[in-house]
Amino acid sequence: MKNGATVYLYELAWILPSIAIPVGMLAALLVTAFGAGKHVPSVAGRVDPTRVLETAPFDKLGVVQTGPLRYEVRMVGQVWSFTPNEIRVPVGSTVTFIATSRDVIHGLFIPGVNINVMLIPGQVSRVTAHFDRVGEYFIACHEYCGIAHHTMGGKVIVEPRS
Amino acid sequence: MTTDTASIPEQRLTGAHLLVAHVALLGGIVTGLLQGLEHAGFEFPASPYFLQSYYHSVSVHGVLNVLVWTTFFICGFLPFIAARGYAIPLVSLRLGWVTFWVMVVGLVMAAIPLVGNAATVMFTFYPPLKAHWAFYIGLTLVVVGTWLVTLRLALTHRVWRAQHPGARTPLPSFMALVTMTMWTLASIGLAAEMLFMLIPWSLGLVQGTDPLLARTLFWLTGHPIVYFWLLPAYVSWYMLVPRQAGGRLFSDPMARASFLLFLLLSAPLGLHHQVADPGIHEGWKLFQAFLTFAVFFPSLLTFFNVVASLESGARARGGTGLVAWFGRLPWGDPSVAAQILGMLMFCAGGIGGLINASYTVNLVVHNTAYIVGHFHATVGTAVTLTFMGISYWLVPHLAGRGLWSRGMALAQSWLWFSGMLIFSISLHELGLRGMPRRTMISQAAYFQPEWKGLLAWVGVGGTLLFVSGVLYLLNLLLTVTVSRQPAPAVPEFAEPISRAEEGPAMLDRLRPWVVLAVVMIIVAYGPTLARLIAGASFNAPGFRVW
Repeated sequence: MKNGATVYLYELAWILPSIAIPVGMLAALLVTAFGAGKHVPSVAGRVDPTRVLETAPFDKLGVVQTGPLRYEVRMVGQVWSFTPNEIRVPVGSTVTFIATSRDVIHGLFIPGVNINVMLIPGQVSRVTAHFDRVGEYFIACHEYCGIAHHTMGGKVIVEPRS
Repeated sequence: MTTDTASIPEQRLTGAHLLVAHVALLGGIVTGLLQGLEHAGFEFPASPYFLQSYYHSVSVHGVLNVLVWTTFFICGFLPFIAARGYAIPLVSLRLGWVTFWVMVVGLVMAAIPLVGNAATVMFTFYPPLKAHWAFYIGLTLVVVGTWLVTLRLALTHRVWRAQHPGARTPLPSFMALVTMTMWTLASIGLAAEMLFMLIPWSLGLVQGTDPLLARTLFWLTGHPIVYFWLLPAYVSWYMLVPRQAGGRLFSDPMARASFLLFLLLSAPLGLHHQVADPGIHEGWKLFQAFLTFAVFFPSLLTFFNVVASLESGARARGGTGLVAWFGRLPWGDPSVAAQILGMLMFCAGGIGGLINASYTVNLVVHNTAYIVGHFHATVGTAVTLTFMGISYWLVPHLAGRGLWSRGMALAQSWLWFSGMLIFSISLHELGLRGMPRRTMISQAAYFQPEWKGLLAWVGVGGTLLFVSGVLYLLNLLLTVTVSRQPAPAVPEFAEPISRAEEGPAMLDRLRPWVVLAVVMIIVAYGPTLARLIAGASFNAPGFRVW
């Protein structure tokens, strides 16, 4: 490691893998994201945060069936609850959540089905998940929203098909 | 290469910064202990005279640790290093003190509402949670103080350059200057959020705000701030630890290249904190995920360069073998041991950071305890344990007395490392099992019984960290008050094997890189910010719901 030429070779021997490693990881990420058709939350419109309950679709909160095994949940977060806070769908359902907040920032988090989106006053959040397992999934608000933040939750009950 | 250029008054200035930093750290570890115990199932001791709620505690903990402890330490440490590198005194000691007092006045202004439970909004202070105006103005003054630090370094650089035309900037000074320049550039987002949105809103001059725009401006600064914490630790890893270990810096040009890449790439990737946000197009989130992977490159360069430098030290001390040399590092020197343990933890923390930034994968971990586990490994250990290791020579030097107890310092370093392993691994796992962050989890409506076992370990880890933190502060306190040991010499800077002159001159310029950094920010953020500003309605009212 003494003379300049050797050091230069060492430097090069490090620089090349240092480029290759992130590029390789990025390729893996792209293949998995696009190969599996996964999306992250994107632009889904705005809403006046002071008039949420008078604005469609938040004037009729709840679960609406939009097709065979397809449901839409119109949801609002406020300190410290979700409306609706209990959602029942049959197993195998594809559920789209359309949600926003009426006051501070909340989070809509359903572990296990990759529902993880912020509810930001003024913005409409739109995310979709598949419920392929019968049982109860918990919903948590995962953004600090005041003194009783930990009490803000709910559940999705996935029922067997009759 | 270096001479002791810090005059006694300049040393007092460095010491004043460190004093504030350590008082903040004390508050940070006390709140941290209480929060860890809450997770383990003990009732949070809320009191109208102290911490009024769990969330009050978390807000204090975050602000003291990541905003005060880091910023004040850095603003004391980097100018000290820069002056030694230039081997001339920094310009205008008066500017140095004005800067310090601007920061202290800002800190006190922010601390009064924070301690009084009027700013229980976390260190991210997302509107429309609305804190007292003094909180926002106070934090803004602290940021203005950091800009003045940059100014003082830049003015000093000009003086040095006039005396040394054509010479390469000494590497430690160059690193300090690049770090402060990167931060100053990146802090524009936070400054805009404060000046145009939060301050007028909290003063009642405007009625509403736009939460998404505010958040986006926040994260424009909120990601580069982690490099503002990390790069001073890198300065020590590159310039001091190899020498303390008896070795040389492997490559000066590669170190410069790495810092310049951080200047370019630190800011245009804050959107990876907003992958779960509505109202931002997923294409821009993906683009900034690319750039996050790109910033992994200078970190890998740093990893290889620092490890090679340490290896040269260990081999000079008789170390052999492919990896066995690692044991020959001076593990008995607490300053070195603490920093190497910090580096080890950073290997895990850095890779975890890539996972967080991995676009779709972010949906698994965003806002869960996984993130808390992550940043306690990075800023909470890589940075904090490194700053502790630096303090083990810097505080004795400033006090003119030797470290009170070397054994206690070694024990403290290992205790922090092992406590953090327990704490961080448990939180990572809890996050993967769906536990949200920033939540009084023992009382959660959706508490899962399977979390319980791991939460007990969070309490154990938190307690070990508290004990370690107390040992650290006690050791420093005894050092400056009662130690009778002679003051140690300041570690010299590591001499490079591959010298600055062997790299291209471009690696010693700053201006073209700053221009390029601005272009990068405009490309990565311009379209999103323009759309958010054009569509902003500033109609969200504020809430005080704590």
